[in-house]
Amino acid sequence: MSTNNTFNTLNRRAFLRNSSLAGGGLLIGFNLFQACKPKVIAEPAIDLATLDYNDFNAFIKIADNGAVTIFSPNPEVGQGVKTSMPMIIAEELDVAWDNVYVEQGILDTNNYTRQVAGGSQSIRFGWDALRQTGAAAKQMLVSAAAARWGVDPSECTVSEGIITNAAGETLGYGDVVQDAAQLEVPENVPLKKTSEYKIMGKDTPNVDIDKIVTGKSLYGMDYKAEGMVYASVLRPPAFGQKLVSYDDSAARAMHGVVDIFTIGEKLRSMAEENPGVTGIISDSDKVVVLANSTWEAMKAKNAIKAEWEQATKAESTEEHDKILTNLLDGNKFETLRSDGNVKKALAEADQVLERTYESPFLPHSCMEPMNFFADITDEKVHLVGPIQTPERTAGMVSQLLGREVDDIHLEMTRIGGGFGRRLYGNFALEAAEISDKAKKPVKLVFSREEDMEDGIYRMSIKYRIKAGVKDGKVTAYHLKEAAVNSNMYGLVPNFFPAGAIENYQVDTAKYDSNITTGAWRAPYTNFLAYAEQSFFDELAELMEVDKIQLRLDLLDNVKPDEDERIQYSPERMKEVIKVAVEKSGWGNKPEHVHQGFVNYYCHNTHVAEVADVEIENGEPVLKKITCVVDCGIVVNPIGAKNLVEGGVLDGIGHSLFGELAFKDGKPTANNFDRYRLLRIKEAPIVETHFIDNGLSPTGLGEPALPPAAGAVANAFKSATGNRLYKQPFTKTPELLKVPEKEIIG
Amino acid sequence: MPTYQINVNGASQTVDVAEDTPVLWVLRDHLDLVGTKYGCGIGQCGACTIHVDGTAMRSCSLTLAQIDGKSITTIEGLSEDGTHPVQQAWKEVDVPQCGYCQAGQIMTASAFLAKNPNPSEEDIENAMNGNICRCATYTRIRKAVQIAAENMD
Repeated sequence: MSTNNTFNTLNRRAFLRNSSLAGGGLLIGFNLFQACKPKVIAEPAIDLATLDYNDFNAFIKIADNGAVTIFSPNPEVGQGVKTSMPMIIAEELDVAWDNVYVEQGILDTNNYTRQVAGGSQSIRFGWDALRQTGAAAKQMLVSAAAARWGVDPSECTVSEGIITNAAGETLGYGDVVQDAAQLEVPENVPLKKTSEYKIMGKDTPNVDIDKIVTGKSLYGMDYKAEGMVYASVLRPPAFGQKLVSYDDSAARAMHGVVDIFTIGEKLRSMAEENPGVTGIISDSDKVVVLANSTWEAMKAKNAIKAEWEQATKAESTEEHDKILTNLLDGNKFETLRSDGNVKKALAEADQVLERTYESPFLPHSCMEPMNFFADITDEKVHLVGPIQTPERTAGMVSQLLGREVDDIHLEMTRIGGGFGRRLYGNFALEAAEISDKAKKPVKLVFSREEDMEDGIYRMSIKYRIKAGVKDGKVTAYHLKEAAVNSNMYGLVPNFFPAGAIENYQVDTAKYDSNITTGAWRAPYTNFLAYAEQSFFDELAELMEVDKIQLRLDLLDNVKPDEDERIQYSPERMKEVIKVAVEKSGWGNKPEHVHQGFVNYYCHNTHVAEVADVEIENGEPVLKKITCVVDCGIVVNPIGAKNLVEGGVLDGIGHSLFGELAFKDGKPTANNFDRYRLLRIKEAPIVETHFIDNGLSPTGLGEPALPPAAGAVANAFKSATGNRLYKQPFTKTPELLKVPEKEIIG
Repeated sequence: MPTYQINVNGASQTVDVAEDTPVLWVLRDHLDLVGTKYGCGIGQCGACTIHVDGTAMRSCSLTLAQIDGKSITTIEGLSEDGTHPVQQAWKEVDVPQCGYCQAGQIMTASAFLAKNPNPSEEDIENAMNGNICRCATYTRIRKAVQIAAENMD
């Protein structure tokens, strides 16, 4: 994991160069299809099997006047890559950050790879490629200057875009850019040492901050085009329903209505050929209203009278609850990892602990509701909007319309929240089918109600964990998962405590529902971390050992060198635990402060969190979370802290309040009046510490979230004596109270 | 269709819309003032917050009749060049993640501080509790409002 190595696997043919920019300048990028292969087998945070990775290129544009434009290739969903990815290039290019202009790159499969916002992987996958892009461009510029002076490039130094020779003469990047563009792209360019960094590691404000605070057009919702009409879509009111007929006479008479028609045919025929997309495509036709304004479209949509039939079962939370419990009680499991003999070890154990943890469905609740712009003509397919998976979406649209992928021009807007929902481009497919049918530029806009009622939700999951203790050691650990629609995958079954316990098994079972589900920030671990970390606390109580010592003792058993599936590092985990103990004052707090501890690994990042709870009016109140993160080098500390704080609070908010229940196939909430999100009064202080170890960067968008609920649950237990086995915690208010005798006492 | 005169960011504008059109959509679709955001449409999230005669209000739940004769300020008109103390504080603290809710947060904070320039922490939380930030930038919002309060004249 050296960070200042040269880049040996780079292949000359992999470079792309284009010096024919309008107005001059150097445009450089390079292909890292081979070079950015990570060590891991697969990162489980998103369904990688459904994503295509092609070439990766990062672009630098240097004007003759020395101004530098850096194109940020990946979607900006709030994780800060539009700032941090260009920072990495600018660092190695050696330019002053104040002279850098950042632009969002468009979808360009010839020149970029992995234009995805998902799995906390943008920086990790881009790290080598982005640095090498900047360093190669810098070397070409230096070589051009050296040639002009007739000196050896090694005699030149660079600082902030100014090249200086031994005689003290200087040339700016803009002075030599035309010459540089004619040079061979160098290989194996040396990269800076971390101690030489001038941009990385410095607090760098969000590149869009001025536009955000002054309300400039940035988001898909803000996008407008000449002749554009707005589309509002009437969808089945319940899952499993299909359109039978509709009466649009009242709607057609309303002001501003341009057209009303149905869509669905193309989407369904595409889904038939591509089983992979069936999960995001409804079987039913949908009624589309086109109007001259958003409000007129939404209002007319509400005036359509439609008849629906229940084609498949109308499901409910009550039913899911029983089904998942039955799955856990049954014996139809797929085993994802099995070490030793769990059954035998449990039978021979001195003590056995078994607990079940339950979670509800969650909507994503992106503040910007789903929307997309499409303008489909015989000449072009123009798509604009907020999407985490532009390449996959363009591929699906090409299939939908029977058009070449190369005909598709897709622009990514800034995204008003993703959290996994915008990995699924079903709204872009709808927009494309609508525009194709209407022969007009169209912006499809979901109302909040549609956004919540027609989601691709975090599925309900139950975990049952059973552990055996013999002679004071944990000898068996059996994790069972029962989930709606899909189970954990990738490396999740190999996360801690895999490798730490001799007899270890992970079993999964699922129930196929017609309610659409998918990735939600930190899939599976967003609930699993809480379940396992609550369990470890209870196990320590049963064993009458120190809670943190139990975790440290288990980590002592882990030998990652002997098992390539074990990607977490026991040493890095112990370090975040140690620092969290120090920074949180663990064990040294006044009596009225109750603490809960969690350590966790996911998205290649090690995290420890401590929650501080105090009793106020007989109820536990969350005061502070101390969060220690090892994500390797922190590219942009101010942005990284923001992500950690947000991730922690997101985890807390959803564990306290988040629940989308279903009745008769319909969600019982469809807006923020009945679906509760965390608000400022409920947000504790978050104190973030990063481990400074100089190792290559890992993921950060997700890994602070999963541990948070566990830290809260463990602290609440410490405060009230009650263990919380079910999310959301506020659903069992009786468990969130201190027993009366203790208040009196 | 009725024609309405509305005063937005110091200029009088004429719009030709149905009388039930929420001010939010008049601003966004008819006047191209897209800084005011649609989040929930029922006054629960605060993304659409504007000032009506200096008071923070939810534009998704306002009709044109309700703002007749009143003066509207949107995020675009809060300052000429993004230098209102609240905007400055938002930049200094680097509050946003996705940024979608932040115009509404800034409009709530600026109206609040105009009336309560020396708020306590509790005052700030009470004032900002109606604005949801799904990215949960709340710790920074608290800090930015405090800094803005210190810098307000």
